[in-house]
Amino acid sequence: MKGNEALAEAALRAGCRFFFGYPITPQTELAAYMSKRMPKVGGTYLQAESEVAAINMVYGAAAAGARVMTSSSSPGISLKGEGISYMAGADLPGVIINVQRGGPGLGGIQPSQADYWQATRALGHGDFHVVVYAPSTVQEMADYAYGAFDVADKYRTPVMILADGMLGQMMEPVELPDPLDPADLPEKPWATSGHGHARAHNVVNSLYLTADALERLNVERYERYARIERDEQRAETFMTDDADIVAVAFGASARVARSAVVAAREQGIKAGLVRPITLWPFPVDAIEATVPSAKAYLSVEMSMGQMVDDVRLAVAGRRPVDFYGRTGGVIPTPAEVLGKLATMNEDLAKGGE
Amino acid sequence: MSCNLDIVLAGFGGQGVLFAGKLIAYAGLLEGREVSWLPSYGPEMRGGTANCSVCLSDDPIGSPLVTSPNALVAMNQPSLDKFEGSVVEGGVAVVDSTLVQRVPEIPGVRMRALPATAMAEEAGFKKLANIILAGKLYAETSFCEEETLWKAMEKCVPARKAAMLEMNKQALKLGMEA
Repeated sequence: MKGNEALAEAALRAGCRFFFGYPITPQTELAAYMSKRMPKVGGTYLQAESEVAAINMVYGAAAAGARVMTSSSSPGISLKGEGISYMAGADLPGVIINVQRGGPGLGGIQPSQADYWQATRALGHGDFHVVVYAPSTVQEMADYAYGAFDVADKYRTPVMILADGMLGQMMEPVELPDPLDPADLPEKPWATSGHGHARAHNVVNSLYLTADALERLNVERYERYARIERDEQRAETFMTDDADIVAVAFGASARVARSAVVAAREQGIKAGLVRPITLWPFPVDAIEATVPSAKAYLSVEMSMGQMVDDVRLAVAGRRPVDFYGRTGGVIPTPAEVLGKLATMNEDLAKGGE
Repeated sequence: MSCNLDIVLAGFGGQGVLFAGKLIAYAGLLEGREVSWLPSYGPEMRGGTANCSVCLSDDPIGSPLVTSPNALVAMNQPSLDKFEGSVVEGGVAVVDSTLVQRVPEIPGVRMRALPATAMAEEAGFKKLANIILAGKLYAETSFCEEETLWKAMEKCVPARKAAMLEMNKQALKLGMEA
């Protein structure tokens, strides 16, 4: 199964019954799959007139309490930023998929990870975060798309899956999660789903003209973010126990980095890998655990260097943090990353003399 | 036998390199191995050169993008020109000599040229040169049990297209025996 299809099928199995999108390479198979399957499970698939329209349809379905998803690729996500900010402001759950391509602007259509800053820092205006998952296999595309709906509902927040063209287009074996019946999902007492004269009106809104009230809401939301930072960090570590050089990489570049780490070990270079699975919250605990034994860090990315900022913040000046990346749709090779690891290893040896 | 294969299949868009790659990946899947299949999805899909990377392995697969293949299937001259230099020593290259005029010698690489397109036309199944070449690749690398290969073909061609399935199987056999 293709990564894009795994995202779609997992969403359906999580009880997602509304999909609003607009076509863009390299995520097209996701929308195509949804258009075929969604009507068969009694849901709504709609190709909107634009990305802006699609994200506002997501806002509407989420306000009514439904599990809802949209997907796009980099330029389309930029267009959706406004709507995502409105969702965050109205505390609406929903799942947004970004199958990244090279940028900025229309950029290219080959795989990229250059939307890291956008996803973790500034999807739109205002004080807010969204939870960001970075799968690195087709299996994880299915697993995290499925789990994203639970996290979105639990914290009433938009959740993003940050994939890329490689993961979207490639096929790997996948075991799909069990399907849920949307009718069995927990009630959303805040949803505008009709009061039936049995309760007061629910209001979903992101406009607050009283500064004090808006400040209070933001502070409350950040208390929720603090819980997410405490409870929802996810990362995988590989051979870090005795590693001198800890590579940090997510998604597609983590696969490349892992190959490079294995090759480095064969050459006697003590390398390891921390693979952030959540990009926000950034897995600072996993990084922290490696600081006592690590001598240096290497952030490997398909960008000019974005996540490296978060690695530096986590390492907080205690160890040197270096960067290796390719961008614009070029995928780094394990040999290139190995070369960088070898150079760093030589520098460490010199420094130790 | 099981060996780790990093395969690049390349040709014109429409020649079926993606399908041939899918067949090989499915064979690996049926044997419970680690597999990945990564297509090119750029403008080449609309008639230029298309290619895909297939990995069969007993260990988790790192980068699914194959840059140093140990098996290359080239269905035209531009594809061979592009990838011949990347094949590693001890690898194998299977090329369609109907469409490739210049079959180079690559040191340390087994070169297997067969006129797959002409063979397909002669046998009455046009457009199955890809499967003939996959059959030849199988003969050279035994990337799975033979029984698995037939099962993989049944997975890749839907049962309702019985005639198509039969033709594909014949093409595969033709390649294996070539």
